[in-house]
Amino acid sequence: MTESVVDEPLVVGGRKIASRLIMGTGGAANLAVLERALVASGTALTTVAMRRVDAAAGTGVLDLLRRLGIETLPNTAGCRTAAEAVLTARLAREALGTDLVKLEVIADERTLLPDPIELLDAAEQLVRDGFTVLPYTNDDPVLARKLEQAGCAAVMPLGSPIGTGLGIRNPHNIEMIVAAAGVPVVLDAGIGTASEAALAMELGCDAVLLATAVTRAGDPERMAHAMRLAVEAGRAARLAGRIPRRYWAQASSPAVD
Amino acid sequence: MQILINGRPHEVAEQATVTDALTVLGAPSAGVAVAVDDELVPRTDWARYRLAADARVEVLTAVQGG
Repeated sequence: MTESVVDEPLVVGGRKIASRLIMGTGGAANLAVLERALVASGTALTTVAMRRVDAAAGTGVLDLLRRLGIETLPNTAGCRTAAEAVLTARLAREALGTDLVKLEVIADERTLLPDPIELLDAAEQLVRDGFTVLPYTNDDPVLARKLEQAGCAAVMPLGSPIGTGLGIRNPHNIEMIVAAAGVPVVLDAGIGTASEAALAMELGCDAVLLATAVTRAGDPERMAHAMRLAVEAGRAARLAGRIPRRYWAQASSPAVD
Repeated sequence: MQILINGRPHEVAEQATVTDALTVLGAPSAGVAVAVDDELVPRTDWARYRLAADARVEVLTAVQGG
């Protein structure tokens, strides 16, 4: 980038995040693969899940993120009710010393879609308890608005169900969420390849969160690099302002005399 | 008395604390958090929190995910 091309940093809950690509750590074959992918992605914020301690397994992913200087974003993956999610968030804050939480309350295992009723309930409780709440939500503009009104620091609509790689199935809903939101919008889930990450940013999202598209790619490190470029390109295109779509051709060369 | 630690039964002394349960599990104390019967027990209370018989102790840490 030239120096004349400037952009504001992403700010979530008052803290600057140095990259607009937020990564997940699930699905990587091993920590060495994950490390190369995280470095290639340029990410500054990365999710972890909370699970029962396995004394044999150790705390490898936390050590890795610390060593790379990447901030941790604990999630509440696997929670099905507001009560479970609130307890998991409190345990994460205690274990990791962060008030950031990616709030997930899943309705069923088949779709992994958010349960909107439980999600909003959990968001309200966690905001009251002082958390910086980043809810994983449906691509529903009404729910996004209610989550923002509840005090969430961002809203994170899905492009399509977790792990499907189906991209952004309802771009118009994402645009409506962006148009109405006063907090950052993070496209979370469903991204399969780089063009879809670029599209999310072109639609006006402030950041993209993805994991599977990188960690289960044939070459995770190369795909992480592609995603980094895609997010930067999509962001630049959004700021530049695309041309309007036209029905008929418009010559780009002068008319012949 | 018997308690459950991460879903598995363990015999511990009467008046055992959360700290004792962590020792039984062999868990590291850094980067973990503890809930007893679905309530968070802050780290500062571990040494004095006395477990009751059949207490359900959950010890969680961060793993790859999301």
